[in-house]
Amino acid sequence: MDALLNYLFSSNGLFWVFAFMTLACGGLVVANPFSRNPVTSAMFLVLTIISMAGLFVLLHAFFLAAVQVMVYAGAVMVLFLFVIMLLDLQEEERRKVKKLGLLAGLLSIGAIAGIFVKSLMAAQPGRGLPAPVAEGGTIPLGKLLFTNYLLPFEIVSVLLLVAMVGVILLSKKDLK
Amino acid sequence: MKLEALPWILLFLPLCAAGIITLFTLRSQKLSAGLSIGAIVSGFVLAIALIKSGGWEAREFSLNWLSIGNLNVDFGLRLDALSLMMLLIVTGVGSVIHIYSYGYMHEDEGFSRFFACLSLFTFSMLGIVLANNFLQLFIFWELVGVSSYLLIGFWFDKASAADASKKAFLTNRIGDFGFMLGILTVFAVVGSLNFAVIQEQFKANPALMGGSATLAGLLIFCGAMGKSAQFPLHVWLPDAMEGPTPVSALIHAATMVAAGVYMLCRVVFLFTPEALTVISWIGGFTALLAALIAVQQNDIKRILAYSTLSQLGYMVMAVGLGGAGAAMFHLTTHAFFKALLFLGAGSVIHAMHHEQDIWKMGALRKKMPVTFWTFLVGTLALCGVPPFSGFYSKDAILAQAWHAHNYPLFVIAVSVAVLTAFYMFRLFFVVWVGDVRSAEAGHAHESPGVMIWPLRALVVLALFGGVLGINEIFAAQFSAAEHAEASEHGLTLLQRIAEPFTNAPVAAGIGIIATLIGFLTARGLYATAKSDPLTSKLGWMSRAMANRFYFDEIYEATVIRIHDLAGTISNWIDSWIIEGLCIGVVRGGTDLTGRALRLVQTGNLQTYAFLFVLGVAVVLWLTLGK
Amino acid sequence: MNVGLEHYLVVSALLFALGLLGVITRRNLIVMYMSLELMLNSANLALVSFSRFNDNLNGQVMVFFIITVAAAEVAVGLALIVALYRKRQSAHVEDLTSMKL
Repeated sequence: MDALLNYLFSSNGLFWVFAFMTLACGGLVVANPFSRNPVTSAMFLVLTIISMAGLFVLLHAFFLAAVQVMVYAGAVMVLFLFVIMLLDLQEEERRKVKKLGLLAGLLSIGAIAGIFVKSLMAAQPGRGLPAPVAEGGTIPLGKLLFTNYLLPFEIVSVLLLVAMVGVILLSKKDLK
Repeated sequence: MKLEALPWILLFLPLCAAGIITLFTLRSQKLSAGLSIGAIVSGFVLAIALIKSGGWEAREFSLNWLSIGNLNVDFGLRLDALSLMMLLIVTGVGSVIHIYSYGYMHEDEGFSRFFACLSLFTFSMLGIVLANNFLQLFIFWELVGVSSYLLIGFWFDKASAADASKKAFLTNRIGDFGFMLGILTVFAVVGSLNFAVIQEQFKANPALMGGSATLAGLLIFCGAMGKSAQFPLHVWLPDAMEGPTPVSALIHAATMVAAGVYMLCRVVFLFTPEALTVISWIGGFTALLAALIAVQQNDIKRILAYSTLSQLGYMVMAVGLGGAGAAMFHLTTHAFFKALLFLGAGSVIHAMHHEQDIWKMGALRKKMPVTFWTFLVGTLALCGVPPFSGFYSKDAILAQAWHAHNYPLFVIAVSVAVLTAFYMFRLFFVVWVGDVRSAEAGHAHESPGVMIWPLRALVVLALFGGVLGINEIFAAQFSAAEHAEASEHGLTLLQRIAEPFTNAPVAAGIGIIATLIGFLTARGLYATAKSDPLTSKLGWMSRAMANRFYFDEIYEATVIRIHDLAGTISNWIDSWIIEGLCIGVVRGGTDLTGRALRLVQTGNLQTYAFLFVLGVAVVLWLTLGK
Repeated sequence: MNVGLEHYLVVSALLFALGLLGVITRRNLIVMYMSLELMLNSANLALVSFSRFNDNLNGQVMVFFIITVAAAEVAVGLALIVALYRKRQSAHVEDLTSMKL
């Protein structure tokens, strides 16, 4: 039992925990057998994102883990929930599912996933990762952002401004 | 200014006038008329200046225009006795008619447009006259066709005028097609389009064209047949009288129809004896036919139109008989007196409020004295009464026939002379003498000065045109071809007056007698007639003449029927084979494919996403999955 | 077995496939949008693991940009959905199909 706990809290064990949580919650976002309410999907998306933040920590990307939680789980998901509430979306009524379409979709996506995984497995995994040299903390990332990536950084800020203006325009009741 | 620029200015002035009128001055009648008249009058002055400065010698001005392979086409102007004289006729008579039009068209809404068209026509005609090669000639030839189309159909809201313009254009096109083939035949053999070069080559080697010479000559004659309205393409000219009367005077008497004869004289060296025989017989036949028809027409302009046809037949016959000089001489005098007659007729029509039936006129002599006297001079000149200009030129043709010992054609020519005198005096007696036959004739009044003065100017020419020595100028041009007239240089005025009697006394005497017979018959029948006495006397002949020997009907039954049949067949092929089979299959195939492909475009977001994923899967499988 | 780059990439690939599945099968626009976010996140995960594997931070900077762009995209996308909803009174994809078949 202790050995199991020890393994679980080692970085290898934590990977499996977070990976499982990510995929399980992601699956529940897409297809929840118990509820078809968009709010449920949104809540599971929050969980997916948080578990992914865990994976980020395991990869030593601490700053991104924090941003992931704050921006995604905080801001973006609030926006989603806000829209869902605003539109007052009730539980989705069940419409006739096109079986053939669903099957074809599943098959093609399975094929994509299969190809990915198969080609990854060809690399014989299991050698682990070397000890990290570059730590994804705030300071090194910030330095990089304000030196090498200054121009893209500024452009992204303009992009945000543009998006803001666009959203204001779109959400006006009557466009002139 | 260099002298070389003068002919170019002369040629392009009317075009500029037409352009400016069309673009800028359509609103202002006075300005438009001024421009147009100014252009042609300065053309006349320039023509005189050209003759004064360079005499009658042949000279050319040319620019290289096209150079494709071994085809070199110049845009060039050729000045020689022939073209300079023609230049004088076109600009001189043209000026007079332009001025006359100012009075005649005064109340017309399309006044400015009329002058623009006139100027365009003048430009095209000058182009024909000045051209130094076949291609340029042909281009202006077609331009003349277009501008005459515009002028004949000037009152295009009148159905008959619109039809007449189409008829004229299409009939001309038939002739032009032959003309084009002829030009190509000549080019194929000689390899040049320039008149001077072709003439040189023919002089060096008369048998140059071999067997195709006659054919080429006749094909080129086709062009003249269309423009100069020779049988069987003569049908358009009488109908062309639907245009305004000044147009009839300018185009269908003095210039455009003369273009055919002019062209024949220009390339007369091309024709073989066989071709000339055909040409002379077609000319003679046309002359006789038209004269016969003219006898039973009642429309004043139609009589003059058929008389024009008949006189053109005369000229063509003269060319065929080897008398190109005589033909050009007659063309010149004919331009004078026929323009005079048409303008006089226009004056009458103007006074009669556009009534053209001669049987509704009568006793106009008192009402319109000036028009009467000028018309009389025109009539006498046309009938060939000495010493009017027509006598000299007509006699030159008769003498030509006499000297050529072609007696059948001589007889035809003499009978045409009889008929000419007859129908012209018929017209004369009915319109000017006799009783007043309608209210309009009673109220008729003399035309304004702007219409009268051109008549007076033409009277002078019609009177003295025969003794000015015009024939000698032409004779010098054709001296190589005509030995008979080559020696007659530098005659005194007296000699010129007596020339017909010294040259061929028999022909001159017979000509005068013929005219006398025609006059006396006409006087006997029409001096006091109330209606046409010939109609009952001639019976079916009269009906045939009045109906133009049913040529329109014959064409209707044959040419047009065949044409319609071909049209129907082509239409059937077009709508079933081309449209149905070829286009239909392609269209059906496209339509079907389109329908099938349309199903892919469902507009459903997720279908698109699915297809997108499918694509990604395929690409991934191709790159990674193997 | 030590967890290596491949493990993270497999998780990323599976997450990507899950997102794609959502986009294709779910017919609620908002849920489709969430699935799109899943796909974006799977790309983020892949980038971060590459960054770790290569021992430099460029990949993480890229992720940072992706998060920013995603935020902007979500804002605009949701605004569009709201505008569409106002017009059609539905957030269902099939109701947006206006083409004739």
